[in-house]
Amino acid sequence: MEFIGAILLILGCLYIGIAALGVLRFPDFYSRLHASGGAETLGMFLSISGLILIEGFTQTSLKLLIIVVFILLANPIGTHTISRAAYRSGLKPWTKKGE
Amino acid sequence: MFNLLLLGALFVFAVAIALFLYRVCKGPSIPDRIIAMDAIGVSLIAMMAILSILLKTDAFFEVILLFGILSFIGTVSFAKFIERGVLVDYDRNR
Repeated sequence: MEFIGAILLILGCLYIGIAALGVLRFPDFYSRLHASGGAETLGMFLSISGLILIEGFTQTSLKLLIIVVFILLANPIGTHTISRAAYRSGLKPWTKKGE
Repeated sequence: MFNLLLLGALFVFAVAIALFLYRVCKGPSIPDRIIAMDAIGVSLIAMMAILSILLKTDAFFEVILLFGILSFIGTVSFAKFIERGVLVDYDRNR
């Protein structure tokens, strides 16, 4: 069980690193949102699930489960809201030829 | 062995927070800064969870939950501020 938890933690760190690289390198806001919104949520979910499996079934892991469920609900809502607000406030998407 | 793994995970999260912080300082538009701040919040939550497993303490969980709620509320209120220009609108028929 702890071995599976360690693998999940390593995968979560990998996803967080990919999200950070995407936010650093992508050309405009919407593609940065594409990197940040999905990979960040998945990385957090995988790493805290790995921590739950490492810890075992205790009160600590139950609290961690509550945190995971809350973040998994809240983070996509925040991403959706900020992307809609940016589109309605007139931020144009990046295209290759028309700067 | 697990302590080493947890320390490595903390290092990866710290590097990710440094990259997000660069985007917060540089970012050309305001929503860039907001999503980078949201990502910093999520990374800090995961860092605090790893730290509480590493130190074998039980005292951080209320902090983690409160931090998650505050990060979410901050993102949503910034989005509303960008979209409408006000934070609390008194006209209910818009």
